[in-house]
Amino acid sequence: MSLIPSERHSDDAIFRHVIPAGEPYLFEVKKGQTLRLLDLEGNQAVDTLFYNADNPRERYDPQRTLRRQGNAYLSTGSVLYSNLGHPLLTIVADTCGRHDTLGGACAQESNTVRYALDKGYMHSCRDNFLCACLHDGRLHKRDIGANINFFMNVPVTPQGGLTFEDGISAAGKYVELRAECHVVVLISNCPQLNNPCNGWNPTPAEVLVWN
Amino acid sequence: MNSHFHSTPSLREERVPGGGHTSFILRRGQILRMTDIEGEANVSMMMLNPHEKSERLNLPDTLKGQHTARLSRGHCFYSDMGRVLAGIITDSCGWHDPFGGVLNAEETLEKYGAGRYQELRNGFYRNGVDNLLVEMGKWDLGLEDLLMVVNFFSKVSVAEDGRFQFWSQHSKAGDMVELFAPMDVLIILTALPHPQNPQSDYAPRPVQLSWFQADDPHAATEALFTRDENRRAFVNTQLFAL
Repeated sequence: MSLIPSERHSDDAIFRHVIPAGEPYLFEVKKGQTLRLLDLEGNQAVDTLFYNADNPRERYDPQRTLRRQGNAYLSTGSVLYSNLGHPLLTIVADTCGRHDTLGGACAQESNTVRYALDKGYMHSCRDNFLCACLHDGRLHKRDIGANINFFMNVPVTPQGGLTFEDGISAAGKYVELRAECHVVVLISNCPQLNNPCNGWNPTPAEVLVWN
Repeated sequence: MNSHFHSTPSLREERVPGGGHTSFILRRGQILRMTDIEGEANVSMMMLNPHEKSERLNLPDTLKGQHTARLSRGHCFYSDMGRVLAGIITDSCGWHDPFGGVLNAEETLEKYGAGRYQELRNGFYRNGVDNLLVEMGKWDLGLEDLLMVVNFFSKVSVAEDGRFQFWSQHSKAGDMVELFAPMDVLIILTALPHPQNPQSDYAPRPVQLSWFQADDPHAATEALFTRDENRRAFVNTQLFAL
């Protein structure tokens, strides 16, 4: 894993917003702008989906993205492709080193399967996605595909195992993406309390945008 | 390899030619067998709940719920609603791929060169995105419904540094996999080479589909009780069917 820091200063950002722990946030980034996702306190999964703002049916496609880069993890240099085969964003800096796009988002229903049937009433990323999508009006359940889990480490073993490991992100780690088109960014700042993906303590995350 | 879950003659047989696409509802209690006829087949598949088509195969939930990055006997396919759309009850292949996805028209042109209907008639170079979209259109589904697909009969492993490795000649002639449906499931599939298969001449392989009634749905279900997550997903499935 190579760590590539950014030259950008937060004072120059044209937009900053702190997403409290466990909350959704939907916003837009214009073509050519750079978006930073910042893990403020460490070990915070930021579940993220991207859409083409000019055609919300066009969205981030994890299988095409991984296949084209020939690698199962996202980091600097990864081009995030859409379901139509177009680049949506490119990761241009990354001080964490590896981000997951296989683990998906937590949901009430998947929590019942993974942990216990009575965990279905805990807050979840899909609750956040659905709430933000339906308020926005352009996006619906069917638009919610597999997401990126920034700052999450989900290694695949050569034997085909999938493990959830903690500990590669930390306070102040960030990832930066250049928008290759006008994108809608849909984030759930993950509220999961049943596994260590948030270090058992969900915390705020910040988004910054530069021209 | 024999199945232990059905003993009566098949309800239906269908040979899908290489490059072909089809879709159907596998009814609750039925088994779909897919057989690789010539070897090196690949079947790209989607699964949905036909009664509420926004409920679909969720591969991330499927993988993380069973702590696996490969699919084989004993694995269930979870929907985004925490239910079991289908599970693998018989498998002579040992590894089916959740990563590779499907190629679109541009990627197919890039990989195989031009192969238009105008010159090749029905031997034209088809692509997975368009094949699946055509089938999806028949069920009034749209572009947004094309999510991650499973590639049956193909093996792609991941090295320590994350690089993918495609395993050529993984599936042999006669290899087969059987899916049991504990709820009605809309299956949409196409038989095209795996996108990461390095072979650069377009040579899609046929696959035989066979439908069976499970002798004992409970026995088929219990064969999928391979971990507690699956048991809980089956509880969700049963509640839906009340």
